[in-house]
Amino acid sequence: MANTLNTAANIAAPDDFYEALIEMHRDLSDEQSRMVNAKLILLLANHIGDLTILREAMTRARQGE
Amino acid sequence: MQIDYQTLTLDYVASPDQRAASPVHHPVIIVGAGPVGLSLAIDLAQQGVAVVLLDDDNTLSVGSRAICFAKRTLEIWDRLGCGERMVETGVSWNLGKIFFQEEQVYSFNLLPESGYRRPAFINLQQYYAEGYLLDRARALGNLDIRWKNKVTGLEQRDDGVQLTIETPDGPYELLCDYLVAADGSRSPVRNLMGLESKGRVFRDRFLIADVKMKAEFPTERWFWFDPPFHRHQSVLLHRQPDNVWRIDFQLGWEADPKAEMQPERVIPRVQALLGQDVAFDLEWCSVYTFACLRMEKFRHGRVIFAGDSAHGVSPFGARGANSGVQDAENLAWKLRLVLAGQAPDALLDSYAREREYAADENILNSTRATDFITPKSEVSRTFRDAVLKLSKEHAFARQLVNSGRLSVPATLRGSSLNTPDSEPFAGLMVPGAPAADAPVRRDGAPGWFLATVGDEFTLVTFGEGAVGAVPCGGIPLRVVRVLREGDGRTHAGGETVLEDAAGLLAARYDARPGTTYLLRPDQHVCARWREFDPARVAAALARATARS
Ligand SMILES: Cc1cc2nc3c(=O)[nH]c(=O)nc-3n(C[C@H](O)[C@H](O)[C@H](O)COP(=O)(O)OP(=O)(O)OC[C@H]3O[C@@H](n4cnc5c(N)ncnc54)[C@H](O)[C@@H]3O)c2cc1C
Repeated sequence: MANTLNTAANIAAPDDFYEALIEMHRDLSDEQSRMVNAKLILLLANHIGDLTILREAMTRARQGE
Repeated sequence: MQIDYQTLTLDYVASPDQRAASPVHHPVIIVGAGPVGLSLAIDLAQQGVAVVLLDDDNTLSVGSRAICFAKRTLEIWDRLGCGERMVETGVSWNLGKIFFQEEQVYSFNLLPESGYRRPAFINLQQYYAEGYLLDRARALGNLDIRWKNKVTGLEQRDDGVQLTIETPDGPYELLCDYLVAADGSRSPVRNLMGLESKGRVFRDRFLIADVKMKAEFPTERWFWFDPPFHRHQSVLLHRQPDNVWRIDFQLGWEADPKAEMQPERVIPRVQALLGQDVAFDLEWCSVYTFACLRMEKFRHGRVIFAGDSAHGVSPFGARGANSGVQDAENLAWKLRLVLAGQAPDALLDSYAREREYAADENILNSTRATDFITPKSEVSRTFRDAVLKLSKEHAFARQLVNSGRLSVPATLRGSSLNTPDSEPFAGLMVPGAPAADAPVRRDGAPGWFLATVGDEFTLVTFGEGAVGAVPCGGIPLRVVRVLREGDGRTHAGGETVLEDAAGLLAARYDARPGTTYLLRPDQHVCARWREFDPARVAAALARATARS
């Protein structure tokens, strides 16, 4: 399963995570928030590293848009 | 005496062909004496093929164009007998600095990789490169350069190509078996044939300023994204010979090229970048736009396109002249074998396929750099800026910063001329790869591997194992034997014997005793085995010359 995106529930404390995500943007302008999101994506992408998984996530993220 | 290649004018000399009663025939005519036409002409002439090289002008490259010449190009020019001068005059730099907005985000040091004759690249004005090529070309008796000879008409027939050429003495006609159009991005030959080069034109303008420093200034490459002295745009500074620094200012699409080129506009910009106390003279200034384009096919019967006529890239990554010179070396030996009747005309199709593949790789690389430097959308700019911000602290983000990747030659992996491996090999020297250099000793004297291979097919065998005769079908085949340091035999029965001075050759080629490589005349690997077998070599040779 190493080479596929894990979409099963994997976050131990989902409410804590969600709160932290929104909190990360507190008091930021829309422009600043866009920048912070971009940095977050880049940091996480580097952590994952595997391009196959990253591409799968990108495809899923785009679905329905 | 020092020649000033920048102002050199070349004399038009009428050729006896102009007075001939009927059009004179030549095997190969090349249109365009730019870096590509000159390299090809030298390569052919050096291999014994008489060439006529036509150019509509009588000067070398005007103003500031290519400055960055890559290792592979220098290696090709070594084989063509003029690499040393390029490197002697050229400037090498190792230290690069990246700036984002108000600050430097990081620097990098491209320390040269040891064990190669040539550095990863040098900076050299295009007129020097062309000047040194020209000096080499003039030393070759079978190379006839005709300045102020402008091709204005072309007719392709089954048996050849007929050209109409304008000269100061009026028009004349010539016939040839093969015509090579190395006539640049606007290629009149392409237009005369009703063909197109298609792709993406970037809606952006760049200002080039060459400045001569009056005092010491560091030999470093500086790249700014969105600097305070030139908001929302990029700026690149690097050094050329003669104390000249080249500065590229991105201007955006809306800029008025004429206004931007005025010295009263340029000088304050340069001053802001260099600092108020740096004294300089403005030497050259121009505005350009660029596109990533490619002809669908590089071969149209007896007319073959090479260099900018066939493909165009953005200057980021320096792949224009560099890839064009690789076109030239790919084509030269194929034309020679076809003209000599040693290979079928189909060998020339492999030129087109291999170099179309390489052009796609070059276009991909320069498009990626362009998209990083000139983001096309708001979100693309946000990601670009996010990468730059993170790059200050995070090494991973530095890998994503793309201000132009180093120009490296394509590995022609899928080429029909390659014989696929039948035994396992590690490393980069796969069939289709340009051969890597390494230090060697020959007759006890230090030298370089690449200086001993090329021009002809070469069988490189490692260790003492005997190499018998190969049924080559008339194709010349040289044998180079590589022995370990200290085994020091010298010449043996027509073989060139090299000592692998530092063991680097064996390491780079993943070689063991018995390992044998077949290299093409353009120094590309086309087959390799763990032991010598004449039948397999013969089959690979037939394949590499399109005879099977
Ligand atoms: C600003 C800038 C920076 C660049 N930087 C780099 C770099 O760092 N590294 C790099 O590798 N490349 C770089 N390039 C690209 C490089 O300059 C070109 O790729 C290279 O000059 C192409 O060589 P060529 O021989 O194919 O064509 P050209 O150099 O254009 O030569 C074509 C020749 O054909 C002649 N000709 C045209 N029409 C006719 C005719 N009808 N009859 C006879 N002759 C004719 C012309 O006079 C000319 O001499 C840069 C380009 C620019 C503009």
